[in-house]
Amino acid sequence: MGGGLEGNAIYRAVYGLVVDTLGWASWLAYFIAAMVIILIVVNGVLVLGTLYTWFERRVLGRFQGRLGPNRTGPFGLLQPIADALKLMFKEDIVPRGADRLVFSLAPIVMLVPTLLVLAIIPFGRGSFLADLNIGVLYIAAVGGITTVAVLMAGYASANKFATFGSMRAVAMVVSYEIPLVMALLGVTVLAASMSMVAVVEAQHLPYLLVAPLGAGVFLVAISAELNRNPFDVLEAESELVAGYLTEYSGMKYGVFMLAEFTNTIVAGAIFAVLFLQGWQWTVLSPLGSQVGFLGFLDTGVVRQIESHFWFLFKVGLFAFAATWVRATLPRLRIDQILSLAWKVLFPLSLLNVLVLAVEVIVWPEPSVGDLAIMAAINWPVAGAAFFVAARLVSLGTRAPGLGVGAAVGVR
Amino acid sequence: MAGNLFQEIVFWLLAATTVGAALLVVHVQSLFRAALLLIVSFLGVAGIFAMVNAEFLAVAQVLIYVGGIAVLVIFAVMLTRDVDRGNLGTPVQPVALLLAVVLLGTLTYAVVQAEWRLLPDDLPGPLAAVFVDTPAQLGRLLVRDFVLAFEVAGALLFAAVIGALALVRER
Repeated sequence: MGGGLEGNAIYRAVYGLVVDTLGWASWLAYFIAAMVIILIVVNGVLVLGTLYTWFERRVLGRFQGRLGPNRTGPFGLLQPIADALKLMFKEDIVPRGADRLVFSLAPIVMLVPTLLVLAIIPFGRGSFLADLNIGVLYIAAVGGITTVAVLMAGYASANKFATFGSMRAVAMVVSYEIPLVMALLGVTVLAASMSMVAVVEAQHLPYLLVAPLGAGVFLVAISAELNRNPFDVLEAESELVAGYLTEYSGMKYGVFMLAEFTNTIVAGAIFAVLFLQGWQWTVLSPLGSQVGFLGFLDTGVVRQIESHFWFLFKVGLFAFAATWVRATLPRLRIDQILSLAWKVLFPLSLLNVLVLAVEVIVWPEPSVGDLAIMAAINWPVAGAAFFVAARLVSLGTRAPGLGVGAAVGVR
Repeated sequence: MAGNLFQEIVFWLLAATTVGAALLVVHVQSLFRAALLLIVSFLGVAGIFAMVNAEFLAVAQVLIYVGGIAVLVIFAVMLTRDVDRGNLGTPVQPVALLLAVVLLGTLTYAVVQAEWRLLPDDLPGPLAAVFVDTPAQLGRLLVRDFVLAFEVAGALLFAAVIGALALVRER
C-alpha cells in the first residue's frame, strides 16, 4: 500500500509528527499524511487551472493586440476570483424536462478524471502519490470517463443543441483516443515500462527529440481530447449555441470551465512527463540530468526544488503553446476533424510505433548515444511521413457526404 | 490486523456498490439512467480488481467497459424511442427470469463448492515476479509464447472491421 510515498519529504514530515509527537497509530499517520499530500496536490493544481484562465485571456489579448483582463488586482490577477464569485451568485437554473440528478452530477463527473490522473504524475524527483506499473495506460483509461460526463451533460439537458453537441464531442473524443493511445504506446516501447517514473528516468534525451512523430500525434490528439482549438466543436459558440453546455449556468458551468482549464494543465504535466523528461533537464544542463544547473549547490533540498521548478516550467511551456495554437488556428469542421483522426493521425501513430519497435530491437535499453541515433533516423522519417500524409489525404474541403459526419449532425 | 479490517471494509463497500448498481440497472425506469448505473457497476468491479493487486485488469476494465462499451450503450439508448418509459413487458420475461435464477444458482454453487487454493506467502522468485510486474509478464506471454493465437485474434478483428465497413459503405 502506498508504494512511493515513503520517499516523499512531506509524507515523512507529517508521518513523523503524528507518530512521534502525538503517538498515534501508524495507519492513522499514513492516512493523515496521505490526506495532507492529496490536499496540497489537488488544491495546487486547481489553483493553477484557475490561474490559467487569467493567463490564457491575457496572452490571447496580446496575440490579438488588446489588453485582456487587467483591472482586478495587480495585472488583473484577481480576475479568476471575481469570475468565480460572479458564477457562484448567479441563479442556478435547471431546465424543465431535464433529468435533475444527472444534470447536477455531470459537472462533478467531469472533474473526476482530472483529479484521478494527478495520482500518478511525478511532480518532481521522488515526488508522486503512486507509481503504478500501468501508469501510461491508467491515463488513457481515466481520460475515457470524460466522455461519459459529456454525454450525461448533453443528454440530461433535454435540449437538442446540447444533445447534438455531446454526440459530436463523443464521436470526436472516441476517434482521437486511438491515435492518443498509440502515441502513448510509442513512449512505452521506448521506455520499456508503463510506469511514469520509469519513463522519466529512461529519458536520457527528451522523447520529443527521439520520437517527433509520436510527440506530434500526441499533441494533436490531446488538443482534441481537451476540446481546445482547433477542435473545440464541443462549444462552438457560433454554431451549436454552446454544445453540451447550452443549459448550464452559474457554478455548474463554472465547474465545467474549471475542469476544462485544469485539464489543460494536467495534459501539460502528462506531456512534460512523457516527452520532455519530466523533472530532468539534460538538454540544457551541461553536467547531465543528475546534477542540473545548480549542480554546485548539490544538496538534496536544492535538487528537489530544482526538479519541481523544471517540471512546472515545462507545464508552463505547454500551457503557452496551447494558448498560441488557440490564437492562431481556426476551428475545423466536424467531418474534417474525424478525417484527420482516422486518415492522418492513426496511420502516423502506427508508423511511429513500428519504427520505434524496430529501433528498440536494434538498441535495447538505449543510452544517450543510441537515443541520438534514433532521433537522427526519426526526424527524416517524421518529415517524410508528414509530407506524404499531406499529399495523400484531403481533409474534405468539399461538402461532406453521408457517413459519420451525417450521423453526428453535419450536412 | 488494522490492514485486514480496512480491506474488509473496502471490499464490502465495493461489492455493495457493484451489486446495488447492477440491481438498479434492471429496476430503474429511465434507460439512460440504467446505462449510467451500469457504468457505476463496472467501476465497482474495477475497484475489486484493483483491491486484489490486479491493476492491469482494473485499468483494462475501465478502459474497455467504461470508455468503450458503456459509451456504445449510451449511444444505443439515444437512438431508442421513449427512453423514459422503460421496457415494456414481453412474454419471454418469465423464461428469462428462470434462466437468470438458474445461472445465479449455478455460479453461486460453483463459487461456494470450489476448492480455492491460497498461494503461500513466500512465493518462489519467478512466481512472485508475476505479481510485481504484471504488464511485462502479460506482454511476454502474449507476443512471445502465444504469439500465434494473438495474431489470429488480430486478423479476426481486422476482418470484422472490414466487414463492418463493407456493410455501411455507400453504394
